Amino acid sequence: MPEVIVENVHKSFGMVEVLKGVSLTVERGEVIALIGRSGSGKSTLLRCINGLEKINSGRIEIAGHTVSSDPKQLRALRTDVGIVFQSYNLFPHLSVGENIMLAPKIVKNVAKAQTRETAERVLKLVGLSEKFDAYPDELSGGQQQRVAIARSLAMQPKVMLFDEVTSALDPELTEEVLNVMEQLARDGMTMILVTHEMAFARRVATKTIFMHQGKIWEEGLSKQLFSDPQTPELRQFVKADVK
Amino acid sequence: MILRTFGFSEFGFLVSALLWTVVLTIIALSGGGIVGFFIALARTSTHKWLRIVAATYIQIIQGIPVLMILFLSYYGLSLAGLQLPPLVAAGASMTIYASGYLAEIWRGCIQSVPKQQWEASESLAMTRTQQYRYVILPQALRISLPSTVGFAVQVVKNTSITSIIGFVELARAGQLINNATFQPFRVFIAVAALYFVVCYPLSQLSRWLERRLHARSHR
Ligand SMILES: Nc1ncnc2c1ncn2[C@@H]1O[C@H](COP(=O)(O)OP(=O)(O)OP(=O)(O)O)[C@@H](O)[C@H]1O
Ligand SMILES: [Mg+2]
Repeated sequence: MPEVIVENVHKSFGMVEVLKGVSLTVERGEVIALIGRSGSGKSTLLRCINGLEKINSGRIEIAGHTVSSDPKQLRALRTDVGIVFQSYNLFPHLSVGENIMLAPKIVKNVAKAQTRETAERVLKLVGLSEKFDAYPDELSGGQQQRVAIARSLAMQPKVMLFDEVTSALDPELTEEVLNVMEQLARDGMTMILVTHEMAFARRVATKTIFMHQGKIWEEGLSKQLFSDPQTPELRQFVKADVK
Repeated sequence: MILRTFGFSEFGFLVSALLWTVVLTIIALSGGGIVGFFIALARTSTHKWLRIVAATYIQIIQGIPVLMILFLSYYGLSLAGLQLPPLVAAGASMTIYASGYLAEIWRGCIQSVPKQQWEASESLAMTRTQQYRYVILPQALRISLPSTVGFAVQVVKNTSITSIIGFVELARAGQLINNATFQPFRVFIAVAALYFVVCYPLSQLSRWLERRLHARSHR
């Protein structure tokens, strides 16, 4: 049974159809890279998968949950599915440790000592153990993004979604975030990541999906897809990136 | 009739009346704060009809003079057979007045918390109540401090309106002393000075909070 099933999903904003019948499956432990031009619907697809956007038709199942509009079901889904955004979105009024411990404490009712233990473990995983008591505005962008990843991991998700998590970062900070994600992939996390880092997608993602105009235009094993693109659109996209 | 002069005991009377101004301000801000808080929540609710009711309330309160609220609660209710003591009528009308404005100020503060904060907390499986309680309101509170304190200054000054229904606060006390001494210049300078003594530190506090908010726009 796949960990993620997306079946013939359609999504419109007003009159504009942004997803035009998208289907994909992700097996447990797979890493899927979503690539494509700006506006091709990558973020929208990711946001539909955790229910942040409502789909117009189709079906999405993830980590044993069906995406619906029922708030309770959605919350159950989100305890198993983490998402990290381009803009980090840490809670600015809370310290790093509090950012990480908040949801496990209030959503999952985990005991305080244990949330602390988990927080320390995930912070160590992203290499920021010494920042437990720091505030977000005292951290670099790369550090903030790693805290955001740690905050998601503290919920012990089964699937992680990443939406261009390095796009706002300088190249030298990008690396430290990508390393964390690569480590996660090696540890067997099921991941879907929207990325513009083609080299990273090629190296880390088991499969890569190229989206174009709201459709899955081309998909395949990452190495194959990048070295032997079948459609002119992907060929041009890959070429533009090498440049 | 013997005219008194404006002396020490008259000034003492003004100071004790200032106390009532302060009491009325505190009643208005705490009562208005509680009501206004819930109106602000309703105004930012996901339920359409709650938003509409809250918006209508705010529009009505902001659309009529405080004086009318005061007359309505004092004379209106007395016509209905309810004779309200001036303090109660004054307190109730200032509460209603403050609630309408505080609700609108706080609505703005809640809505100025970036929508990404809603999305991040929602994605961590929080309920809407938890989002308000742990993520949105703490940030909105920080944002709201300067304008809330600024509004408190307006309330202090506007309590003078309640003198019309015979509530003896600072302005009314000034009138009474003036009637007895007929030294309007001295009396009202003293009254103005007393208002200033309360309002000036509050305005300064508001400005300081504003600067601090902008210096550290986060945390
Ligand atoms: N909330 C919204 N309301 C209206 N239109 C939207 C909304 N969100 C996205 N869109 C539109 O949907 C289309 C797809 O957007 P989406 O953000 O999914 O693209 P993307 O592939 O993630 O692009 P990028 O690489 O720039 O992030 C775009 O045309 C965008 O303008
Ligand atoms: Mg996007």
